[in-house]
Amino acid sequence: MIAVERLRKSYFVHRRNPGLRAALKSLVHRPREEVKAVDGVSFRVGAGERVGFLGPNGAGKTTTLKVLSGLLHPTSGQVSVARHTPQDRSPDFLRQITLVMGQKQQLLWDLPPSETFLLNRAIYDIPRPRYDETVAELTELLGLRGLLDKPTRQLSLGERMKCELAVALLHRPQVLFLDEPTIGLDVTMQAAVRGFVRAYNERFGATVLLTSHYMDDVAALCPRVLVIDHGHLIYDGSLDELVRRVRPDKRVLLKLSRPVEARDLSKLGSIVSHTDAQAVLQVSQSELQGAVQRALAQLPVVDLTVEDPPLEEVMRELFERGVSEGAA
Amino acid sequence: MSLRAAARAYPALLRTGFAAAVAYRAEFVIWMFSTNMPLIMLALWAAVARSGPVGAYTQRGFAAYYLSTLLVRLLTGSWVVWELTMEIRQGDLAMRLLRPLHPLIAYSAENLAAVPLRGIVAIPVVSILLWTARGQLGHDPILWLLLMPALLGAWLLTFLVMALIGTLALYLESATSLFEAWLGISAVLSGYLVPLDLFPQAVQRIALVLPFRFLLSFPVELMLGKHGRGEALALLGGQWLYVAFALLATNLVWRAGLRRFSAYGG
Repeated sequence: MIAVERLRKSYFVHRRNPGLRAALKSLVHRPREEVKAVDGVSFRVGAGERVGFLGPNGAGKTTTLKVLSGLLHPTSGQVSVARHTPQDRSPDFLRQITLVMGQKQQLLWDLPPSETFLLNRAIYDIPRPRYDETVAELTELLGLRGLLDKPTRQLSLGERMKCELAVALLHRPQVLFLDEPTIGLDVTMQAAVRGFVRAYNERFGATVLLTSHYMDDVAALCPRVLVIDHGHLIYDGSLDELVRRVRPDKRVLLKLSRPVEARDLSKLGSIVSHTDAQAVLQVSQSELQGAVQRALAQLPVVDLTVEDPPLEEVMRELFERGVSEGAA
Repeated sequence: MSLRAAARAYPALLRTGFAAAVAYRAEFVIWMFSTNMPLIMLALWAAVARSGPVGAYTQRGFAAYYLSTLLVRLLTGSWVVWELTMEIRQGDLAMRLLRPLHPLIAYSAENLAAVPLRGIVAIPVVSILLWTARGQLGHDPILWLLLMPALLGAWLLTFLVMALIGTLALYLESATSLFEAWLGISAVLSGYLVPLDLFPQAVQRIALVLPFRFLLSFPVELMLGKHGRGEALALLGGQWLYVAFALLATNLVWRAGLRRFSAYGG
């Protein structure tokens, strides 16, 4: 469904120091610099896949999504989405995709979302019965009842985001590019959006490429992740495998019936946090079994849980290591 | 999107544009009142003409000219250059580019959809005023018939020139200063400030062939019955040639410019 070969996208940016002197100097000479936002990225995504696109700010995620959705022309490389070249922006291509950007909106600000719905119905030439059916489905899945007739500006951020998703999916696109779709939303709303994206993917077999800073989004939705840093793709595989490679150690969470000394805990592994009622230890995979047995035998444990380190930590460590080591 | 598909979507675009114009009605009324330059010029020239006609214009002649100018200005105004420049700078154009509809078609509908609202406010007021200067208006019904395509041509030319300059924001940091320059020249050479036939002969000869005349003065000339039928038709042809040229130029600049679009933000 999506094929990207050696994609590069560069920008030229003007550099200028602050201050009046620099401003005057820039009248005659504006040094410019080439920024490689995406630098030789290749990957493929099959129909119906849900793929998470991860990377720190400025890594090239959004630029890649914009190239895939035809907004940006690649500097070099080959890109194909739904058998189209995105930058040609053919009507047939645009009918098959959607791009939802958490920080941009297509809803008309001073009009109710229902006006934008009707506008998109006309633009995408959606037959009335299918439009009614889709609106009913989206209303049900996203809980839009009562929202569609209020002016967009009077909706809360979460309500607006739900309406943005609905209007972006009205034409039932086969490829969804979601750029930070849950940004700024509270936990409940994030979960609702995640549930909706999964339901849409399963119902219509749509391909989903998602970027998010909320690792919960990625963990809940994407069996496969692409990690990009400084414009380079440094990992392509399952999320579990990524966690295993970057942080092979485990977290052991102990609930305690009475306080224990830190020195007793440190014999089992390195201490991540420690209170009277609870301790979190970091233990390597090879020592896990022994550490668990000793904890149960020697400490006043009322409950014990073993889990992977939080994804945020895994990603932070991955990006701190840099491209040279990557996730290999 | 094919032209046929765009034509199918156009009524919905107009309806939404009208709803948006109604939502921005306060801003709209302020804009209406700020379009008062013809009335200021009328006051000035009427004072000058008190002691005798200026060229072919008596006091009533100036009244007919400037009120017609006001009407044409209100009906053919557009704001796409500001919107386009801002949306390119902020990257909001991206949301329009994602739809299978040329953004300029969408902008045109939004701009055109405000015309009826302007008409509701402007036409009764200006009609009453024009009635007082009716003796100065043209009497040939054919010229009045030609006024419709001439007004449409003036609107299209205004819109396309604005779109062309706005599109230059894809190449420049900002195109609005360029538009200000165009606006300054246009105010003089379109007959907005001074009727073109009051200029010296040499300036008139230049002004009559430049596109500015077709933005405003030409429909006004038709209202005032300044041309015979044949000449009016020829001028209408000239106006639409400029429209075709502006369409071609805008399309070329747009296509080339999109390669440079950076879609900032998001």
